[in-house]
Amino acid sequence: MSFRGFAAALVAGAGVLGSFTTSATAQDDNVFKLAFVAFLSGQAAESFGKPAVQGAKTVIDALNAGSLPKPYDKVGFGGLKIDVQLIDEAGGATKQVEELRNAFERDHVDAVLGYVSSGDCLAVAPAAEELKKLLVLFDCGTPRIFEENKFKYVFRTAAHGAMDNIAMARYLVKRGIKVADVGAMNQDYAWGQDSWRDFKGSLAQLEPEAKTKVELWPKFGAGQYGTEISTLLQENPALVYSSLWGGDLQAFVLQAAPRGLMKDRVVVLSASDHVLPPLGNKMPDGVIIGARGSNGQFAEKSPINDWYVAMLAATYPGLIPVQPHYRAAQGLLGLKTAVEKAMAANGGKKPTSDEMAAAMVGIEWDAPPGHIKLALGDGHQAIQSNAAGRSKWDPDAKMVRLVDIEHFAAECVNPPPGIKSADWIAQGFPGAKCD
Amino acid sequence: MTGVVGTLAAAAIAYAALALAGYAAPNWLVPVATLAFSKGLVALGIVALMRGGLVSFGQGTFYCAGAYAAGMAMRSFGISDATLLVALGAIAGLILGLIIGPLLAGYRGIFFATLTLALSMIVYGILNKTYSLGGSDGLNLHAPSFFGYHPAGSESAGYALFLFTGLVTVIAAALCRVHFDSVRGLLSHAARDNEIRVEYLGASVRWVNGINFVIAAVLGGVGGALSALSLGHIDPDFAFWTTSGEFVFLAILSGYVSVTAVFIAAILVELVRSFSSQYFPNTWQGALGIFLLLIILFLPGGLGSLSLRLRPIRAKPSRAESENLK
Amino acid sequence: MTRKVDADFPKDHAPDVQRMSAKLAAAILIDGVIDASWLFIVAVGLTLVFGVLNILNFAHGSLFAVGAYAAASAVGWYYGGEVGPPFLGYLLMLGAALAVALILGPLLERGVLRFFYRRDEVVLVLVTYALFLILEDATKLIWGAESYYASEPYALLGNVAFFGLSYVGYDFALIGLAVVTGVLLWFGLNRTVTGKIVLAVIHDRDISRAMGVNVNRVFAFALTLGVFLAALGGAFTAPKISVQPGIGITVILLSFAVVVIGGLGSVEGAAIAALFVGFARAAAIHLVPWAELFIVYLVMALVLAFRPEGLFRRASARKI
Repeated sequence: MSFRGFAAALVAGAGVLGSFTTSATAQDDNVFKLAFVAFLSGQAAESFGKPAVQGAKTVIDALNAGSLPKPYDKVGFGGLKIDVQLIDEAGGATKQVEELRNAFERDHVDAVLGYVSSGDCLAVAPAAEELKKLLVLFDCGTPRIFEENKFKYVFRTAAHGAMDNIAMARYLVKRGIKVADVGAMNQDYAWGQDSWRDFKGSLAQLEPEAKTKVELWPKFGAGQYGTEISTLLQENPALVYSSLWGGDLQAFVLQAAPRGLMKDRVVVLSASDHVLPPLGNKMPDGVIIGARGSNGQFAEKSPINDWYVAMLAATYPGLIPVQPHYRAAQGLLGLKTAVEKAMAANGGKKPTSDEMAAAMVGIEWDAPPGHIKLALGDGHQAIQSNAAGRSKWDPDAKMVRLVDIEHFAAECVNPPPGIKSADWIAQGFPGAKCD
Repeated sequence: MTGVVGTLAAAAIAYAALALAGYAAPNWLVPVATLAFSKGLVALGIVALMRGGLVSFGQGTFYCAGAYAAGMAMRSFGISDATLLVALGAIAGLILGLIIGPLLAGYRGIFFATLTLALSMIVYGILNKTYSLGGSDGLNLHAPSFFGYHPAGSESAGYALFLFTGLVTVIAAALCRVHFDSVRGLLSHAARDNEIRVEYLGASVRWVNGINFVIAAVLGGVGGALSALSLGHIDPDFAFWTTSGEFVFLAILSGYVSVTAVFIAAILVELVRSFSSQYFPNTWQGALGIFLLLIILFLPGGLGSLSLRLRPIRAKPSRAESENLK
Repeated sequence: MTRKVDADFPKDHAPDVQRMSAKLAAAILIDGVIDASWLFIVAVGLTLVFGVLNILNFAHGSLFAVGAYAAASAVGWYYGGEVGPPFLGYLLMLGAALAVALILGPLLERGVLRFFYRRDEVVLVLVTYALFLILEDATKLIWGAESYYASEPYALLGNVAFFGLSYVGYDFALIGLAVVTGVLLWFGLNRTVTGKIVLAVIHDRDISRAMGVNVNRVFAFALTLGVFLAALGGAFTAPKISVQPGIGITVILLSFAVVVIGGLGSVEGAAIAALFVGFARAAAIHLVPWAELFIVYLVMALVLAFRPEGLFRRASARKI
């Protein structure tokens, strides 16, 4: 290889690099650029990502038209119209870090709202913190985000998964369901591991006689559970617990129900309401369903919830709202509250990341699932009320209804500030405010 | 200017050009280029193996080893110096290469390819279930320091890492070029053509392939450590076979004639990838596949062989040369 | 409705160890055989293509995926519209696999692969890798990026109870399909004229050509058969899984493992190796779950290390 050719090629390459001097997009002070990240492809797209996008789009369009009820009636965020860009969460955590960087550095977004998968949340939170840009996590459930780290620029507008599992254990007690043993199947990553740990711990406090018989850990996205189902059938526990979600949960129910795994035993699916619309009558009756908050059919009547349900019905006729719709709305309204608080403090200008991060600490707001408060994680992590119920197919309405519903107040199933969820559970929920 | 001196001079000029280009380039382009160089290094390792006639579909093993070595050093031992971390990545690659290399020495062709693939999938499977290393969630890394200099702000951190990666890349590329042009390096070509003759003439094909394998392993480890620093996050997918496939793709695309071609190809592919999810998420892989087919069909020596056609003395490569490239 | 479960729970809490082990062994055995069935159908296609064309087809998993998607679409259309008798759905799935083979087989062979026949087998691997990339995106373009569930056929054949374990009839029908496929293939290869010509081409391409065999047509036939087997495996696995982008990526690895363990080009080898791999995976999930992800590749690596020809590789003389 001649020296000339080598150097020529190098200079050409450097020239190519240097020629990208125009930045991809310019800054605009009259528009709030928001990136929304959810699963647009892959196993979680249909049951989770698509509803999340539907919810987000509905709220954003209404915000830009200024048509929300008070106190959200200002156009966009404090008068700034929202320019939203969708990012696909598929492809793995490492890819998401790259996409986050691109969003902030190449596309100059003002904030990123997103992330369904706990694995992605854990990966992108440090990256956003390093870039000193506002990241609002709206969905992922692992408690680890703020229990194992401190962040200035990262917030989560929904309660974490500990509350789902504490609520499930309390539901069993409230309904008088006693079981001798438990079999668990969870996806082998942060969400699955933390969910099972919290449910197992809560059950040990509330029903100490229940023993764990078998724990299964399929990979996230496996989609095929024949052998796992055989193991559960063979071990025959009285209660089967799973924190599976998305396409994995759909596949599991479709494969397990014909084999009778969900008959003659208690089945608890901690985060499952979103698979009820796609599964329809394929979901057996009597399964204990959680929605990770008072979402969908669990939502209690309120002006903002009524408005939201009506908007969704108008935009998407026939749609059954589930948790992703609700959490997208809750995240947007929380972000709106924070941005407008920052703008009130800085004289009405478009706020910087620092101003938004400072303003968002400890806020509370009303959203379709109820009252949300950033009470944990030094004012970065939300708590909210929760609920659980049982599935029942309604052949006239052609949808799965939730019956035998029990509600749990936020301070009943969420730990108080200053203590990790696992520790709070292990100590027997000191200071829990249940009615 | 030819030979070692020429190569080193070219390397120095190249580095200067890179440093300037990185300074002038927009913010978002610098991490893309940094990552491209890290991946290019792994592909360079595959090129070294390819010259000897072997294609490894398991470089992910070393890429992952280097990344996790850097990650563990940062988290468990608090090491944040980039040079140390990359050195650890290289050592991890070296140790694994020295262990695995002799085991694979007797395999050729598709057996070599599938065995390396199986090994990387074993690493993948083990890492997924090793919770102390983060399991399938992997590990997060923070920004590294450079001989005590802790860059403030993400822009200067990005540029510092770019300069560092560029330096490692240019040094590695120059060393590889020197090796490829040396007698032992040229033996790889001979081994590719006809092993029996090479053995008969007194050289050892085992040694040739062994050295190539270790070079590839070290480059894989270095590339992995650099990628870990650039991405700030590592997970077992680094060892999944599709990751290895990406490196093989780069190696085929660039061919084994020119070392520079590897990095130019890496930057091009990385640029395409960085825009792909926004503009063409469902077609960019297929487009790369079509491109790969065209390259194999019409330009079997890879993009680098285009440089042969630039040589002033001959109008086009001789028949013997182009036959050799197939 | 509140359930009091412990009243119903059997009183022998301390399980009968003897019965437990038998039940566990039965579970591993049955799960292993079920897993082996679809794996055999897919892997035998891969091994045949290698035997005849000397191509280790990286795109084989993607062909499985295309078969699965085609069957899922057909099933979705058929059961969604309640067009006819439920059991006709199975015929539709078979038809879907056949359609995939008849379209993609000749297309791939005549349109892409034949330009590379003169090249090294490693180059062909790279060509099939490029095909894998293309097919993955083609699948996403045609069927979109979300998941499909073709679950109706799964529940149609009722339940079967074995040793106190509940299985669906469909899984056993799948075993039957694998056996029928294996027998038909063996019979076709060894007892029909076409089959013997294919065997001749496997043994020695050049002499076959010299004896007047139209080797190119045999290539096209073999590849189409390979595509059909992959698509068949995909079509009949579709009711058991969630059909989504990326299913081909793990299937190709398992197929490689089976083919390598059994010996490239050997149908009997593929059968034995499929059983081997099926049992290994089932045993891992039941007994040693943390090994589940890598046990197959470990076995594959060990076989490659100690007996690279696999268990049943046809002996071939080395040509200098």
